[in-house]
Amino acid sequence: MILAGCDGDRTWRLQDYVARGGYSALKKIVADKVAQDAIIAELKTSVLRGRGGAGFPTGLKWSFMPRSFPGDKYLACNSDEGEPGTFKDRDILRYNPHSVIEGMAIAAYAMGAARGYNYIHGEIFEVYARFEEALAEAREAGLIGQNILGSDFSFELFAHHGYGAYICGEETALLESIEGKKGQPRFKPPFPASYGLYGKPTTINNTETFASVPFIMNMGGEAFLNLGKPNNGGMKLFSVSGHVNRPGNYEIPLGTPFAELLEMAGGMRGGRKIKAVIPGGSSSPVVPGSTMMDCTMDYDSISKAGSMLGSGAVIVMDETTCMVKALERLSYFYFEESCGQCTPCREGTGWLYRVVHRIEHGLGRPDDLDLLNSVTTNIMGRTICALGDAASMPVQSFVKHFGSEFEYHIENKKCLVPPEVQYAGSQIYVSPSC
Amino acid sequence: MLEIEIDGKQVQVNDGSTVIEAAAIAGSYIPHFCYHKKLSIAASCRMCLVQVEKAPKPLPACATPVTNGMKVWTHSELAVKAQKGVMEFLLINHPLDCPICDQGGECQLQDLAVGYGSAASRYQEEKRVVFNKNLGSLVSTDMTRCINCTRCVRFTAEIAGEMELGQAFRGEHAEIMPFIEKTVDSELSGNIIDLCPVGALTSKPFRFAARTWELSRRKSVSPHDSLGANLIVQTKHELVKRVLPLENEDVNECWLSDKDRFSYEGLASEQRLTSPMIRHGGQWKQVDWQAALEFVATGLRGIARDHGAETLGALASPHSTVEELYLLQRLVRGLGCDNVDFRLRQADFRADGKRAGAPWLGMPVAGVKDLTRLLVVGSFLRKDAPLLAQRVRQAAKKGLHVSAIGPNAEEWLLPVRNRALVAPSAMVATLAQVVVALAKEKDAEVSVALLGKLPEAVGDDALAIAQSLASGRKVAVWLGNLAAQHERASELQMLAQEIARLTDGCFGFIGDAANSVGGYLAAAVPGERGLNAAAMIEQPRKAYVLMNLEPDLDVANPAATMAALDAAQLVVALSSFDSPALRKVADVLLPVAPFTETSGTFVNCEGRVQSFTAVAKPLGEVRPGWKVLRVLGNLLALEGFGQGDSEAVRAEALAGDVAAALDNGLEGVVVSSATGPAGVLERVTDVPIYFADPLVRRALSLQKARDAAPPAARMAPATLAALGLCAGDRVRVAQGGTGVELVVQEDEGLAAGCVRVATAHPSTAALGAMSGDLSVERA
Amino acid sequence: MLSQESLQQIDREIAKYPPDQKQSAAMAALRIAQVEKGWLPNELIEFVARYLGMAPIAAFEVASFYNMYDLEPVGRHKITVCTNLPCALSGGVHAADYIKHKLGIDFNETTPDGKFTLKEGECMGACGDAPVLLVNNHHMCSWMTTEKIDQMLAELDKK
Repeated sequence: MILAGCDGDRTWRLQDYVARGGYSALKKIVADKVAQDAIIAELKTSVLRGRGGAGFPTGLKWSFMPRSFPGDKYLACNSDEGEPGTFKDRDILRYNPHSVIEGMAIAAYAMGAARGYNYIHGEIFEVYARFEEALAEAREAGLIGQNILGSDFSFELFAHHGYGAYICGEETALLESIEGKKGQPRFKPPFPASYGLYGKPTTINNTETFASVPFIMNMGGEAFLNLGKPNNGGMKLFSVSGHVNRPGNYEIPLGTPFAELLEMAGGMRGGRKIKAVIPGGSSSPVVPGSTMMDCTMDYDSISKAGSMLGSGAVIVMDETTCMVKALERLSYFYFEESCGQCTPCREGTGWLYRVVHRIEHGLGRPDDLDLLNSVTTNIMGRTICALGDAASMPVQSFVKHFGSEFEYHIENKKCLVPPEVQYAGSQIYVSPSC
Repeated sequence: MLEIEIDGKQVQVNDGSTVIEAAAIAGSYIPHFCYHKKLSIAASCRMCLVQVEKAPKPLPACATPVTNGMKVWTHSELAVKAQKGVMEFLLINHPLDCPICDQGGECQLQDLAVGYGSAASRYQEEKRVVFNKNLGSLVSTDMTRCINCTRCVRFTAEIAGEMELGQAFRGEHAEIMPFIEKTVDSELSGNIIDLCPVGALTSKPFRFAARTWELSRRKSVSPHDSLGANLIVQTKHELVKRVLPLENEDVNECWLSDKDRFSYEGLASEQRLTSPMIRHGGQWKQVDWQAALEFVATGLRGIARDHGAETLGALASPHSTVEELYLLQRLVRGLGCDNVDFRLRQADFRADGKRAGAPWLGMPVAGVKDLTRLLVVGSFLRKDAPLLAQRVRQAAKKGLHVSAIGPNAEEWLLPVRNRALVAPSAMVATLAQVVVALAKEKDAEVSVALLGKLPEAVGDDALAIAQSLASGRKVAVWLGNLAAQHERASELQMLAQEIARLTDGCFGFIGDAANSVGGYLAAAVPGERGLNAAAMIEQPRKAYVLMNLEPDLDVANPAATMAALDAAQLVVALSSFDSPALRKVADVLLPVAPFTETSGTFVNCEGRVQSFTAVAKPLGEVRPGWKVLRVLGNLLALEGFGQGDSEAVRAEALAGDVAAALDNGLEGVVVSSATGPAGVLERVTDVPIYFADPLVRRALSLQKARDAAPPAARMAPATLAALGLCAGDRVRVAQGGTGVELVVQEDEGLAAGCVRVATAHPSTAALGAMSGDLSVERA
Repeated sequence: MLSQESLQQIDREIAKYPPDQKQSAAMAALRIAQVEKGWLPNELIEFVARYLGMAPIAAFEVASFYNMYDLEPVGRHKITVCTNLPCALSGGVHAADYIKHKLGIDFNETTPDGKFTLKEGECMGACGDAPVLLVNNHHMCSWMTTEKIDQMLAELDKK
């Protein structure tokens, strides 16, 4: 849907998007002076759920914005995609940036927002530069800016880049960052809908969420919902990475069996056996491969399997993977990315990493797994934002499902996966001899 | 109002309250570190997690708004488990150096660890080490102890008005620091010591001086500015070791200025005067009190007899207590003389005999928060009245519009919406323009007394100020120290009065000292026959009694004052400190107690009477000033010196309704809209914060602060260009025949044609009056 | 302290935000300053802070929080390799090892000739392209096989 008809780097420009039917939704809304409520109602019908990870119903979120507010209201698009495994927004922005611009313009219309910012992950600076070009095209064509398409609807949209901080993907940290500060999340309440950017009402949605809006407006909420399954409306982009033959983004209806997605991604690399899958980005709990093979790719099914669909980032690991080493790297990531604001996360993420690190390096202690469980329990639910939970869930799930591997490390001071095959599946581009 | 049940107890709280505020009302203590009632909510330490009905997770009490019918448990199993979990995280990287930590015994972390910590650590890794930072001469750092509560960061940004500290880096590497190589220079910096819940920020002067449990704690009142901040003075073996704020929401809230906090170091100065001394044939000799007082009594009586009582004169510092000021004027008047004054820096005395009462702020200090418009005339607000400025800063965040008139525009760290930057000689005319424009805005007539005295043309700045004032709901006009010391201060007062009338607002004086109001109430001002402070110098006396002042530093015209004193037959100085200037001019030095060694009273700018008792025994032969004066009165066989204690003196001095005695009303001063001659350089004089009184001058750590830099000759870039001077040049600044050499400093916040030269410093003591012409030449 | 061109770029960034929110341009301004000067010495951070009317320590907070800002000098070409789990599963760690081997330096080191600095990166949001690396923060290279790494280093070496 979003990426349908896009031909890589060649067809991202305004004319290409218009040729694909782009901006027709915005034009119709502006020309027909469609009621704001009608747009939000259509979204509610579509059951579009936030594509950034939390899965909050988008229509409901939009309805939280105060109607009559003196002064500016803001929109922010969260393109700060840095959750390990997630790389869908980058493709949307570079192959179909105008779908995001149109989606944001419709959102601005529906919520009466005067200004918007698209916060783009710093590491994809070339994509930021391209988005700036797309904005210039749209502005030139009167699709954003003052008096859009000759109407009295105005919406200014700009791009803001990150510069290397995962936490800015958290929506209030993102707002702080747009304000030119450190990206430290705010305590909620107040929620952004009442106190957001510069203290003004603000709605923040993920890139894919905004990009879906024009399609919903065109096809109707009902049709979008029917693409997926009840309570799990529409198409969704899945970023498949790890030990598969064709890593990449796959846009499929929600509810598609995991096995089919794996097949689309070319199946397991080297035909090896699947060991584990992280189904919704690195912070979602890991699921054993066998369980995963019985799941369908939607919010409810993955939740039943004890994990989360999250951002739709599917990390596939084969039998050559050492789960302790894998967790060590993820724990290091959360330790490194903790913003340092609140105590449990600032102090706890380092503690978790150090314990996993010592287990991996043969220095584990008999009660380390209990310690990991206890420390994660003390972090979870006690922090300002979800990073504390995000750092804890991998630890808990890795220990839960692969505890024996951790115990083997502690007792034998070495890995259960024999060194000669360890990460055989990972050495694809680089010769192992170097 | 909202109903909330906390730990089974029902309480009612105001709308918008948080759970931690409600718990305080309910009497439930919730452990916390980052929360502070005067700072923004960070909700980051997570220590205040509590159980809230229907909430799946524990919630931070500091940031959770109360909803009607909410039920909270602060010590349930869920809450305590969360609190203990947080405590463990706080302790894993905290050093176990409590035995050598200055915070020991008054450490929030230590106290809470007793209740919430466990005996042994489960954290086996190496603890984090954070390098210390140099924050200046007042605040010492042990950053490894920091728990990143960010109270200090929020204080600098929100209360002090300038973000001098930040939390740099992130995650476990996050650390509190100033910008590289910068110190914390705020005049309120010491408050971060109080705010720090651990031993990361401690007092540098107090470092390793005593353990908190060894200290006696006594209440007192700051003698330094017109606010009268409430103090807790801590002593050990009769020596003051530390000064902390005594919370008083109506006065200093929970803050102190650094001057209030660290000036105590001056008490231990080597220059403390510890025994009476008499000069005999050019030699100073220690004598006992009996001999000294008899010498004084004989001397004063002799001069009064030989030359007439009117040849006596008494000058008292406005930092003296009410009791001292009262007995001094009684003494002088008992001798048949009316020459007594405490307004040592005042230049215009035309209001004497025409004012309705004692000049004061004209409003309560706590009322600043309700103001919507404020015009500050002639003030170095931030340095002259740091905590008053702080209140203005907070009010400005809530919509107070501040305007200013004067020759100075240094950074106040609060938004000044409109400003007329004019030379001192143009201040009256500018304020008069504001009156004209304001009357027009309000469609009102000006008072008869001003008819025909006001200018016709109104400048843009004055118009903007008038428009701002006209749109206010609650308006105040404050006359700062520079206005009160102005050559035409009474005209400024007349005009301020008119603005207050036109805006239905109030007006008053900020005041330059602890007893700027109290001196009037104690009647330490001349009556109709008497000479004021300036006249006593212009018409030299045969004998002077000096009370708590340094004649080269604490007066309007140091050069003339020193000359007059030098020529007198007898100069009696009651002082806590010895100084070369005193030795040069005085014949007798009587060691009187500083505020910590005597009981006394200050009446602050809002008319609040604040009495205090001694916190330590007088040093050596030092005696409380009021007792010295009483005995002297007895020796002179004067009436009315039988008071048994200082309370009796106060009762006499402040007999009657103090509030009723406060009145800024003024009638009969002729206002002129004339301005000074063009083309001359005018002196602008400030009294630098750390040179403002004898005690603070001797406080060593404050003397190392940035605000204690020696005076320079400050000029606006245009003035410098006109004179062909550059910053850094050495110049000779001369005034009325005397001159000093100074370094030129560029000051963009100064009116053109002005040279700002500080007084109260030895390097400028040879200069004359605080305003008027001066010349600047390359040295 | 900065070129006219850089200042113009910063002014364009400032214009994106409401007039009373100049600080919002801090991240972009620091980026522009770093591109011109190669890294962010304290004086430069202070300059940017003053240009935007913010406290220097507030600008330092930003510069030290986001890890693409360099508070220390780096080589002419800074190479940042992602080694996070999804990349590691597809050769990210091995690519980094290969570059270390080729340049003879470890992470956070600079070659003696000052040409290359190697950094370990966190997720760049391009896991499908693993191994991925950034050259001088702004240019992303995908599917970095040993051959492509050789080719890239050779080209950069010439610049």
